[in-house]
Amino acid sequence: MKLKGTEILLKVLEEEKVDIIFGYPGGAVLDIYDQLYKSNLKHILVRHEQGAVHAADGYARASGRVGVCLVTSGPGATNTVTGIATANMDSIPLVVFTGQVPTGLIGNDAFQECDITGITRPCTKHNFLVRNVDELAATIKEAFHIARSGRPGPVLVDLPKNVMAAQTDYDPANVKFRNHEVSYKPAPKKMANLLDMLQTASKPLIMTGGGVILGKASAELTELSRKYQIPVTGTLMGLGSFPGSDPLWLGMLGMHGTYYANMAISHCDFLLAVGVRFDDRVTGTIETFAANAKIVHIDIDPSSINKNVTVDLPIIGDTKATLKDLLRFLEEHHYTPDDLSRKTWLGEIAEWREKVPLTYCQSSEIIKPQSVIETLYKLTGGDALITTEVGQNQMWTAQFFPFNQPNSFISSGGLGTMGFGLPAAIGVKCAFPDKHVIDIAGDGSIQMNIQELATAAQYNIAVKVVLLNNGYLGMVRQWQEMFYEKRYSHTDMTYAPDFVKLAEAFGVVGLRATKPAEVESILREGLASSKPVLMDFRVSREECVYPMVHPGQSISQMTLGSREMIN
Amino acid sequence: MEKKDHIISILVHNKPDVLARVAGTLGGKGYNIDSLCVNTTTQKDISKIVMTTAGSQTTITRIENQLQRLFDVISVDDLTNVESIHREMVLVRLNLTAQNSEDVKNAIDMNKWKTIVSGDKYVLVEITGDKTQIDFALARLEPLGIADITRTGLIALKLED
Repeated sequence: MKLKGTEILLKVLEEEKVDIIFGYPGGAVLDIYDQLYKSNLKHILVRHEQGAVHAADGYARASGRVGVCLVTSGPGATNTVTGIATANMDSIPLVVFTGQVPTGLIGNDAFQECDITGITRPCTKHNFLVRNVDELAATIKEAFHIARSGRPGPVLVDLPKNVMAAQTDYDPANVKFRNHEVSYKPAPKKMANLLDMLQTASKPLIMTGGGVILGKASAELTELSRKYQIPVTGTLMGLGSFPGSDPLWLGMLGMHGTYYANMAISHCDFLLAVGVRFDDRVTGTIETFAANAKIVHIDIDPSSINKNVTVDLPIIGDTKATLKDLLRFLEEHHYTPDDLSRKTWLGEIAEWREKVPLTYCQSSEIIKPQSVIETLYKLTGGDALITTEVGQNQMWTAQFFPFNQPNSFISSGGLGTMGFGLPAAIGVKCAFPDKHVIDIAGDGSIQMNIQELATAAQYNIAVKVVLLNNGYLGMVRQWQEMFYEKRYSHTDMTYAPDFVKLAEAFGVVGLRATKPAEVESILREGLASSKPVLMDFRVSREECVYPMVHPGQSISQMTLGSREMIN
Repeated sequence: MEKKDHIISILVHNKPDVLARVAGTLGGKGYNIDSLCVNTTTQKDISKIVMTTAGSQTTITRIENQLQRLFDVISVDDLTNVESIHREMVLVRLNLTAQNSEDVKNAIDMNKWKTIVSGDKYVLVEITGDKTQIDFALARLEPLGIADITRTGLIALKLED
């Protein structure tokens, strides 16, 4: 059967079970949009291409499926770059289709031409320029395969206009592409090594990361921890991979981690790091990170091993399969932890937790941002999918909202992309229309992709924005306070729109709380609405995120902030 | 850790942007390529890239791992510590004058270099050898007045698989 390129694209998307795409039309993709017009595939029209990629990213993070977007050539394509780099740093499976000028014009500086495969080479897992309609189906199939296999990541497929208009024979059974799936089987010797280390350890600790969520290994990790009473800390990307309300959970580690997690890392003598890449925000100075521990590192990507931290036992493999093997191995070898030594270790951690709990100074005069997040947790019972922007809003969310389920905390970890939270929330809500989906935002970040309120309003995608509005670029201001003698260079954002009026102008419900007493009722009202809502919480302006490890310091040296608390 | 020169042999699918991917992976991570040679193998759709780069063993392992992540890379082989033959080639053009022509001729004959083209005013010489031999040859010719050179990257082949 002869089909046009545009028809083949939609056929393959159907075969890949794509149920939604996020996009923005333009000259080079007119033919594809014309084909979409005749199809049943759901398309969400965003207001900026960056929003399309973040929305597809949010959809992917929440659902575990591949997120898909479609944009035009030139500026449409370059606008996706921040979104693609965001997904790449956090290993999120995306397929991004970009329009391209006809093949005959490539290289001629044609209208809206850009070398998008060249531009995105360093920030995609792989990318393709389809030069011939005969390669189209196989290329798209391979793109989906690459995006989701191994360590996932974004794949860009550049589609020249003439290729999409050309016809070719299409038979799904004849579409062949290279298989890149690599299966790793850990040698039994490695498991035996691990058991040896664990048996001689008296202070074991697990560190969980984004690879546990991507690898769908939360159940195995949780079983391992609970069965053998090994406490767990996690990276930002690992939040939700182990139940946040479990007594064995120590919270996040690193720069804004809990004191007790960082102390546990610094004192443990055995560290099982699963699906992490030892980012500098997590480790502090490398030399002092887990300096007393034998480190075992499980990761699917060989290039992550010994990249930042040199480990004693690397195990390359899928987190789920490897943890399953480990559980079986420990069972078969009748591993039982020494009761007394485990009690002593957990007791030591409990003392750190008691000495410096995660807390902040309450106030009855002024809204504390942390209290908004705590109230949100209380009202939702934690049963919500939370996205964040980047900065203080993100760190407070990581600290004060316990995540009990994987794929429920959706945040730009590696790249730290401001403007991520709102479009990501739209994507999450598309995947889970019946769940509470909340973007915890700052007033700086929200303005970076505020135009997506129009998208939410148009399709009545009822995301809720909890805006922690302090009139500053809060995290940068915090660094200026601490390290630049309070020279607040260009971080005062007092000049801002009236967010309630702005929300209303977009067709979104706008609410505001200025006093602590109003926080709960505003949150209740916002959550109860069946419409998208923006809630503007005027919070204390110069609140800092504590505890904090100063850059270039050991993570055991934490600044705790002012400690006069109302107990 | 000790920094030393490594010879890395990479088999890749012969595609328009594969060299850009390989070079970009190194450049983007801050590693320098000291020399580079690329051509097809006996299979037209597969090319071999041989490059030299300097670094500690940890750095080289990182480079190999990064290259292995590329989908058009088939294999990555570090030839530094295995028995292998290494060659470079340099083409040298020397301008001949009344003063130097005798010395140039002697140098070429004594070292058994190959004269490709010999004119009244210039001579073009082809020299192959390992890095040390090429360095020696250029040092020997330098005082005689080199007009221009083109030097290939190093190529290398293992003696056994």
